[in-house]
Amino acid sequence: MAEPLAWQIATVRAIRAETPTVSSFTLELPAWRPHRAGQHYDVRLTAGDGYHAQRSYSIASPPSREGEVDLTIERIADGEVSPYFHDVVEVGDRVEVRGPIGGYFVWEPGLGGPLLLIAGGSGVVPLMAILRERAANGARPSTALLYSSRTFDEVIYREELDALAKRDRELHLLNTLTREQPAGWTGYTRRIDRPMLSDAVGAAGKQPLVYICGPTLLVEAAANGLVELGVPASQVRTERFGPTS
Amino acid sequence: MSDPFVSRGFVGRPHADGNQSGRTPPGQYLTNSFPVLSAGPTPQVPLDSWEFTIEGLVKAPARWSWQEFTALPSRDWTVDISCVTKWTKLDMRWHGVSLDDLLAAVEIDPRARFATAHSYGGYTTNLPITDLINNQAFVAWQYDGAPLEPAHGGPARLVVPHLYFWKSAKWVRGLRLMEEDEPGFWESLGYHNRGDPWREERYSGD
Repeated sequence: MAEPLAWQIATVRAIRAETPTVSSFTLELPAWRPHRAGQHYDVRLTAGDGYHAQRSYSIASPPSREGEVDLTIERIADGEVSPYFHDVVEVGDRVEVRGPIGGYFVWEPGLGGPLLLIAGGSGVVPLMAILRERAANGARPSTALLYSSRTFDEVIYREELDALAKRDRELHLLNTLTREQPAGWTGYTRRIDRPMLSDAVGAAGKQPLVYICGPTLLVEAAANGLVELGVPASQVRTERFGPTS
Repeated sequence: MSDPFVSRGFVGRPHADGNQSGRTPPGQYLTNSFPVLSAGPTPQVPLDSWEFTIEGLVKAPARWSWQEFTALPSRDWTVDISCVTKWTKLDMRWHGVSLDDLLAAVEIDPRARFATAHSYGGYTTNLPITDLINNQAFVAWQYDGAPLEPAHGGPARLVVPHLYFWKSAKWVRGLRLMEEDEPGFWESLGYHNRGDPWREERYSGD
């Protein structure tokens, strides 16, 4: 049973800027294993003097894509690993990783729906893997994504999300921009609160499976708010982070 | 053997932590913040119905109310904590009661070798009893001089500083002592059964 999760040397095959501070890195894996949407990989950087740094990054791509994964990484200004990815890593570089990791914050088509996904900032990454897997799959349970960003330009995967929602009547996007909104913005303009959560439950459908990922305060507010709205705590999965540097 | 892998152009953060680095387990980085990680919503536990129990392989179970529990002999604990998500925080100041004092209240059946800590909200984690005794573990109800916040595990949290932080069950409600080891929540989901940060026991098989 306890087979070690081995480190392997991945090769960077593509880098795609998602926002000014967020990029997706396509890693080709010599020992690829199918993941479940919501899981992450550990990344280990090694300096010439043997010093190591490790961080975990969520997988953005769906498991149906074989042989490679996309990790979407936000550049944290005073960080150690994320600035390396943004400032140093180029296509063709090799990066040491192991995974997939995580067995609770996961969704697979067999779990069904409806789905209520709630994200703050780069917390949308594991939820995007869920949406991509859902789109790649025939069965499409009613799904709502409530997504909080600071500004329009910081909305990760904005065009892809809009395109997904345009061709899928069962997918409902609820965006809120908490700091600054462009002219003509029709979404929410405040932090996630009770009325917004109530709207999101209404859009998702009765007794949704809930996945919440984002900064601690957002996750606390959303998870506690949903429980107060009558969503059973056992239906709510959370993944919280401070900044992952 | 091939040469060890080196990440092109990676030098790491200036090793500014100086002699503190000897306190940072492999693969961990130091943080000054106190990140929150939980699998689900934070349970709200009213103090007037809170209880802590020790049961299982004991002659007679023990049970404390909040008032009884916080009246037990308690002390300050200053410990370093490492979370499997890679952060390590030094000199965290807690206040609570030693597991030695709690276990002294029951007569333990000699067959008992393992414990499952269980929590309000349903979380569980498993530990050998040898990781809980000799002042290695405590149940805390204060952090940094203030009541422990619910998001960090309040009203009370098990703290086992020498193991990864998922072993320090938030919202702890009691211990069940057993003859056989029984994997808890994360231990059933691919995480290491024991979780020693100095041996980097993160995932099953490490």
